[in-house]
Amino acid sequence: MAEKERQLLPTVAQPVLDGKNLELLREWVVRLGTRHTELHEDWVRRITANKLLTSMTKEEIHDETTTIYERWVSILEEGSYQALHTYIQSLSAWIIPREVAPHEMIGLMLILRDVFGKTLLEGYLSDFDLLSRMLDAYEPVANGIINTVVASFIQEREHVTQRLQRAVHELSTPVLQIRDRLLLAPIIGGLDAERARQLTNQLLHAIRDYRAKVVVIDVTGVPSLDSRAANYLVQTVAAARLLGASVIVTGMAPVTAQTLVNLGVDVNSMHTVGDLQGGIEEASRLLTKDHPGG
Amino acid sequence: MDIPILKQGNCLIASVQPALTDTGLLQLQENLLMLTSKYRSHGVIIDVTVLDVIDSFTSRTLRDTVYMLKLRGAEAVIVGIQPDMAFALVQLGITLEGVKTALDLEEGLALLER
Repeated sequence: MAEKERQLLPTVAQPVLDGKNLELLREWVVRLGTRHTELHEDWVRRITANKLLTSMTKEEIHDETTTIYERWVSILEEGSYQALHTYIQSLSAWIIPREVAPHEMIGLMLILRDVFGKTLLEGYLSDFDLLSRMLDAYEPVANGIINTVVASFIQEREHVTQRLQRAVHELSTPVLQIRDRLLLAPIIGGLDAERARQLTNQLLHAIRDYRAKVVVIDVTGVPSLDSRAANYLVQTVAAARLLGASVIVTGMAPVTAQTLVNLGVDVNSMHTVGDLQGGIEEASRLLTKDHPGG
Repeated sequence: MDIPILKQGNCLIASVQPALTDTGLLQLQENLLMLTSKYRSHGVIIDVTVLDVIDSFTSRTLRDTVYMLKLRGAEAVIVGIQPDMAFALVQLGITLEGVKTALDLEEGLALLER
């Protein structure tokens, strides 16, 4: 939880509020005083009308948005970024478990900004000069809040995605010793450049640690290879050779074979066998030849 | 700094020390050629386990050494290239083409015996 909080405030240009503007905003918030219930309901009505948060009932939306509303008001009153910081924390505690979509998040905040903006127009229309100054004070704050919240939201989603990706990566490139001096690396799923790099790293260290003479890389479960991943594969074979191990690639799909040839890969540099079983048999043959009697 | 060269039966074993200089490497080349003559060795192991980096000069010189030894009737094997270094070499396009390599001393000797 602490990690999440720490990363949640990206640097977005913070509006500077001078004393006079701050006072104007405070006055305005005070004048709004008794209208909060009405404004909150207006906001909820518009949320529903815009088909946001459709998975929630109107009552749920009302309850859930209360905190956001109150925080918005307190930021206008205080004009401080400490308030914004706690705001974002409470916001993420709200949105993350509910899986609110980005467009809903942004839509929510923009409508709230409009609801308040409208009260400015209503309240100060008679004095255009004052209205102008109020807007000058209000707009940077409102936009600053929305900017920061949205940026944090996106950043948090990226963190989650990256964490998931890392977890999947770690689970998905095992290197197994199936016999003395023989390693098997079965690959399931798409092999992008990042995963290929990780596989190479694991494989080369495993060759040294297990003192493997032969490695079978099985790509039966790989639907396709992009050119960078294919390059990594070729480089892995070359690097393994430097460690005294030979590599057999098995289970290559037709489209993968095409990619490799189109890349100009020297097919003689790669020892391939059609399927995994054949690959293991070939590997055993190589090992017996090198070390007769085991 | 002289790189120590040990004799084991028909083979010579040279273990490269850390902080290898270009001069040191060329000296090794000379010493190996001289000693293979003197002892009429058939095999040479050059152990680079302690090297963190192999630049293009080092790899070229090692390769040249292997070829020179071949001309003198001795087969040479480079052993002890570390996983990270192996990958770095390949990425730089330094393939050590035509040079026999093995994982470690034990493997290198086994390779020479065959």
